[in-house]
Amino acid sequence: MTQNTNVNKAVDFEKQKNKQEMKMQVVSFALMIVFTLVAFGAVATGAMQKIFIIPILLVMAIIQVAFQFYYFMHGKEDGHGIPMTLIYGGVWAALLTLGGLGVISWW
Amino acid sequence: MSYDPALFPEELPSEPEKATLEGQNKFMGLWFFLGGETVLFAALFGTYLALKNSTAGGPSSDELFGLELVFLMTMMLLTSSLTSVYAMYHMRNHDFKKMQLWLGITGLLGVGFLICEVYEFAHYITDYGFTFRSSAFGSAFYAIVGFHGGHVTFGICWLITLMVRNAKRGLNLYNAPKFNTFSLYWHFIDVIWVFVFTVVYLMGKVT
Repeated sequence: MTQNTNVNKAVDFEKQKNKQEMKMQVVSFALMIVFTLVAFGAVATGAMQKIFIIPILLVMAIIQVAFQFYYFMHGKEDGHGIPMTLIYGGVWAALLTLGGLGVISWW
Repeated sequence: MSYDPALFPEELPSEPEKATLEGQNKFMGLWFFLGGETVLFAALFGTYLALKNSTAGGPSSDELFGLELVFLMTMMLLTSSLTSVYAMYHMRNHDFKKMQLWLGITGLLGVGFLICEVYEFAHYITDYGFTFRSSAFGSAFYAIVGFHGGHVTFGICWLITLMVRNAKRGLNLYNAPKFNTFSLYWHFIDVIWVFVFTVVYLMGKVT
């Protein structure tokens, strides 16, 4: 009987933890929607100059991707050291690819 | 799969997707694959940026793109990312039926996204005569957006296979890692779309 209660407590604790995490994920989803709305709004109204709007759009995209990696894909949890190394390795190679293509196109 | 009693415990662990060595390997392998995919899409983005002004007298990105449809597609894909988070939430709570329900909604949103994309391409081809062959811009545009759409198509096929194959099995340590890897892949497709709508559509509209 005592043992059973312990098991239930452990399960409840897990459920509580999952719920807490779900809350964070819904918050990050709401923020992603806001960033998307701002990005589309900035372009649709044409209120900003090209030189300002492009860096802003890219920064908002990078923030959205960080939300995806760390909250939606659980990157901030324990045991994600190697996966994060792998994906950042990919990001690094991606930046080199973009840099290389940029240099041969516009240098 | 031969029947292995270790995969069907009476009480599932709290993270069933990482409870077996096979599950951990699948998880690690998928992240490795996503690292490679990042480079693949970077090459496509670099090509697109280099060629986007080579219109060969055809319509430019500013004349072609309509933000309304792209906004709708973005909302569908972004929401489908959240619904697959819900699916994984229910998986961790060992609720197979709710997980299947949310995965089903994810798939429907993905199909909605694809329908919009097909409509968009058809609109460009019939109303503007803008095809893969009309200019370097056309080739680069259809290559990158089409490659992303191809990934969505593959993801939907993957999801349907998973859901149908495991419909009567319920959740166990054998299939939990499979659902989890699908969900990671689906989030990654959304990551790519964030850059597609930013770099291709929004930056294409800024002149």
